[in-house]
Amino acid sequence: MSKKSNKLFESSLIKEAIKHSFIKLNPKTMFRNPVMFTVEIGTAVMLGVCIWIYLGEKNQGSLLYNLIVTFVLFITLLFANFAEAIAEARGKAQANSLRKTRQDTPAKWIQPVGEIFVNEIKIVPSSQLQKGDIFLCEAGDTIPMDGEIISGIATIDESAITGESAPVIRESGGDKSSVTGGTKVLSDSIKVKVTTNPGESFLDKMIALVEGASRQKTPNEIALTILLAGFTLVFIIVCVTLKPFGDYANTPITISAFISLFVCLIPTTIGGLLSAIGIAGMDRALRANVITKSGKAVETAGDLDTLLLDKTGTITIGNRKATHFYPANDIDEKAFIESCVLSSLADETPEGKSIVELANLNKNSFQIDGAQFIEFTAQTRSSGIDLPSGKRVRKGAYDSIRNIVLKAGNEFPNETAEQVKKISSNGGTPLVVSENEKVLGVIELQDIIKPGIQERFERLRKMGVKTVMVTGDNPLTAKFIAEKAGVDDFIAEAKPEDKMNYIRQEQKGGKLVAMMGDGTNDAPALAQADVGVAMNSGTQAAKEAGNMVDLDNDPTKLIEIVEIGKQLLMTRGTLTTFSIANDVAKYFAIVPALFIAALPGLQSLNVMHLHSPESAILSAVVFNAIIIPMLIPLALKGVAYKPIGASALLRRNLLIYGLGGVIVPFIGIKLIDLVASIWF
Amino acid sequence: MNTEIMGIALMFIVTLVLAIPLGRYIGKVYSGHATWLDFILNPVDKMLFKISGVKPEKEMNWKEHLVALLTINLIWFLLSMLILMTQGSLPLNPDGNPSMTADLAFNTSISFISNTNLQHYSGESGVSYLGQLVLMLFQFISAAAGMAICAAVFVAMKEKVTEKIGNFYNFFIKSLTRILLPISLIVAILLLFSGTPMTFKGKDQFISVQGDTVNVSRGPVAAMVAIKQLGTNGGGFFGANSSHPLENPNYFTNIIENVLILLIPIAMIFALGYMINKKRFAWMVFSVMLIGFLLFLIPSVYFELKGNSSIANMGITQSMGSMEGKEVRFGSAASAYWGITTTVTSNGSVNAMHDSFTPLTGMFAMLGMMVNAFFGGVGVGFLNFYIFIIIAVFISGLMVGRTPEFMGKKIEAKEMKIAAIIALLHPFLILVGTALASHLFSHNPTAYASWLNNPGNHGFSEMLYEYTSSSANNGSGFEGLGDNTAWWNISCGIVMLLARFLPIIGPVAIAGILAQKKHTPETAGTLKTDTGTFGIMVLAVIFIIAALSFFPALSLGPISEYFSQHA
Repeated sequence: MSKKSNKLFESSLIKEAIKHSFIKLNPKTMFRNPVMFTVEIGTAVMLGVCIWIYLGEKNQGSLLYNLIVTFVLFITLLFANFAEAIAEARGKAQANSLRKTRQDTPAKWIQPVGEIFVNEIKIVPSSQLQKGDIFLCEAGDTIPMDGEIISGIATIDESAITGESAPVIRESGGDKSSVTGGTKVLSDSIKVKVTTNPGESFLDKMIALVEGASRQKTPNEIALTILLAGFTLVFIIVCVTLKPFGDYANTPITISAFISLFVCLIPTTIGGLLSAIGIAGMDRALRANVITKSGKAVETAGDLDTLLLDKTGTITIGNRKATHFYPANDIDEKAFIESCVLSSLADETPEGKSIVELANLNKNSFQIDGAQFIEFTAQTRSSGIDLPSGKRVRKGAYDSIRNIVLKAGNEFPNETAEQVKKISSNGGTPLVVSENEKVLGVIELQDIIKPGIQERFERLRKMGVKTVMVTGDNPLTAKFIAEKAGVDDFIAEAKPEDKMNYIRQEQKGGKLVAMMGDGTNDAPALAQADVGVAMNSGTQAAKEAGNMVDLDNDPTKLIEIVEIGKQLLMTRGTLTTFSIANDVAKYFAIVPALFIAALPGLQSLNVMHLHSPESAILSAVVFNAIIIPMLIPLALKGVAYKPIGASALLRRNLLIYGLGGVIVPFIGIKLIDLVASIWF
Repeated sequence: MNTEIMGIALMFIVTLVLAIPLGRYIGKVYSGHATWLDFILNPVDKMLFKISGVKPEKEMNWKEHLVALLTINLIWFLLSMLILMTQGSLPLNPDGNPSMTADLAFNTSISFISNTNLQHYSGESGVSYLGQLVLMLFQFISAAAGMAICAAVFVAMKEKVTEKIGNFYNFFIKSLTRILLPISLIVAILLLFSGTPMTFKGKDQFISVQGDTVNVSRGPVAAMVAIKQLGTNGGGFFGANSSHPLENPNYFTNIIENVLILLIPIAMIFALGYMINKKRFAWMVFSVMLIGFLLFLIPSVYFELKGNSSIANMGITQSMGSMEGKEVRFGSAASAYWGITTTVTSNGSVNAMHDSFTPLTGMFAMLGMMVNAFFGGVGVGFLNFYIFIIIAVFISGLMVGRTPEFMGKKIEAKEMKIAAIIALLHPFLILVGTALASHLFSHNPTAYASWLNNPGNHGFSEMLYEYTSSSANNGSGFEGLGDNTAWWNISCGIVMLLARFLPIIGPVAIAGILAQKKHTPETAGTLKTDTGTFGIMVLAVIFIIAALSFFPALSLGPISEYFSQHA
């Protein structure tokens, strides 16, 4: 994202959210949230009571007081709706800013003529492109739609999506064939096949998820809603039975007192914030540039037990780098290094470049006019250079160079063979260099482990997440890197089906597994994993198979996703605890107020010394209402996750939100009462 | 230190010293492991299995367990109705006691099959010896049924994926032959030697010093007292229960009987620890229950020892504490101890009149029944606690950032639905029952004048206590309530019935469903349920759900009464 807004509330969002808070008052919408629905019923009843008093009823207290209670209940509803609306608005704004980049860009549509496509180009607005259509993109064009390259190769600026300024290469055929609408072609031209219909892209789906209509409650949200509905029912019973109890004790209790007690006792705080928390979870994922296809995926991320991480790009920095030159016994080191550089001058691979880098010699000092470069092939497994002087330099894998050397009748020096073995067992890759079929020495290539990655794995371990490194390396090298990086397990010489098998095996043991992938051959494993994160640059098949898409193509994103999931669940848990713990103080505010007339002895329960029954009840409902907007920032940002072990985390949260939930309302209600006592 | 307090400390220590090894033994019995009683009891069990056609090795799923439990209870209920309604003309009736009315028989039958033993009759004049024997049989089988179904839940809690959770009849018969019968036998003999009668002869007579002829009821008392204390039944042979000198002759028998109240409820926790091989978890459960128990016990003992403030206001010193309604041979501390132990477990036997406790002791006795999970009834006490664990696991699981799991099994909407309904049921039955009674009384005080012996707050407490006791399957009474009327017999009967079986069905269903789910191995991120922090969480859930729901009702009853005395 080029500009990420970190401000929680922006005035434009607030305006829209306020509008929606009123629209959401529709009972049909409210019904989805049983806790707040009962508050709505209570508000309606109170409105009736006000009218009744206006018409002459004398036993229900003053009209002003009843109107204020009605108003506070109404505000409570609005606050709860506002929480949900602001979360939706933020999510939508986030998604829209991504979507905006791709709206109504002209597309060079390749018109089909009959069964075949001919290169007849028509410019159409991108919104008219349908799935299966093919368009052309040339240097300078903005890609109008998500699609897959069917021919050509291009450098593409994806900064609009990822915020990363370095251009990337996308080409047909491989695992890097996907392009995203809104990104820009910098060079060359490509033909792209549209993979989604308008309005059906992942972003569109995500926006629909954030908006109320298609948002499904996640299993955990349903379970929590049931628990909250259970609490609500208990308090309905408590309040309804109080009527005959009051009759028995000859204490008339006003309707406003009943409804106030009820609204205060039911968990309105969590009830009002619950859906906002869920939406905010998806929103946080989107802020991390991860598109989630369902709310459940975010939730599951918090539960992950095992992460499958590709070695390259996640654990190590992209590619191997040369770290040492080891000349053979009777070879001059300087000459050896020069030969190494010679052999790598034309080598565009990162390994080759790193050799030149390590040698740190002036490239221009080499005379390579008329030289012939020998490219690396899978058959020869070596590359090199033939100079006009007749000098032939080769570098390659140990056995391929050995073959060349032995074929020419030369000996392969023992000490070099020893060195090769040593490098291998240290997790490195040896590259043997020969000149005119004689061994010069060996270059050591090493994987460079990303700085700070060990700490991240340690953090994951404390969360209880097992990390597994997946690599194509041989087991020896894999083991070495695994130990050095601090992962818990590794899969060496991994083929796509190995990933699949590993995931299945872990799942059989009851574990939840996540993996990240981009290739078509990753698709089955992405689908099998509980959380499959596809890279945005990956193939369409991979993106369809996973349940999240990472716009940054950053393999370390999995770690962030786990924390987002945990935050989501924790926010739900802590606010539930807080909400229920609040009841203690509310009981002590309202119960003495209810019976004060008939049972003056109960005044001793008025531990907060609230001014009068009216001010006590009013303070409790007002506190109950304003705590909702006060907690919206927490609901949206999420409770901070600290990997300090489950028990310590529970202790910490219980102390802050449990004990805090008991104490805070005592203080809050007392303060409000001080103000309310001026009038009541 | 005060000898009265030393007495209750001794009783608790003795209970614990006996309960821990007994728990291990019970765990072995249910696991089918070898015990030292095998050589006598193996042939007995084998014979019983053969006669009844039970194949103990054929395991059942949770639904089959419940079907077995409910079917045999229905049969017992019908049998009991039949005998109680015709006992007047059946043998073993030397005192010529009459048959019960239909509503009283309904109440009494449900009361005994549900392990409540609420008695709206007086044993001396209300039942024949045959009736007493039938009721005694139910004291055995209702206790054994509760323990057997709890054993099934224990099996379900093991960390494996299974549908079958043991054989109900196997657990049931073994509970009888290996746990309840042997202990009852020993206790009955001890009581016999201490002066409790055991005879089938009718009333005895003696001529008092004044020259009056006094008739003294007796009967097969010792046997009944043993099982009523052991099986958290509480239904006494005599109307006055264990305050009657023949049921509970002296301080020594009082110790035995009071130890028995807590013995199996505590032992079951350690049996759980043994069976699922999680000793720390068992200690966590025990500690939470103990703390809850002490929170009720300590103030109760304090208030009873301090005496009645209204009497103190008259200038009378109460060196023995509040002695109204108490037996001089036990004293106020031991009476308060019994009062709390009998209410936190669902025992319900009494050695003092709860109606006469000081107001807040009466409230703590009610709170013990309202929570009904601090030790609780044999077997079923843990099942009630299990519901609170599920709710606590759900909330605290979220708080550590995982979807909640208990013993490696995920807790989802279905389990939450059941847990919420069961947690709701107890306040529902108590509050709605009391509300209906209050409504009837306050709208027609003259017609129902015979209900309440006391006006005002105390009268309210009497009604609240009666439904609390019924719903907790406790069976003790805040006497003073005129309860042998069709209203009380039938409404309490319905409450007892629902409050017995639904809270069994719920936890068994949850445990059964969880047992079939796939098992997630524990990691560093998993919520640990055997820690002190989790224990505090469970305690908080219990207080907020179970205790606070009753706060408004209690403030109209005992709390008002307390403040009116201390105004």
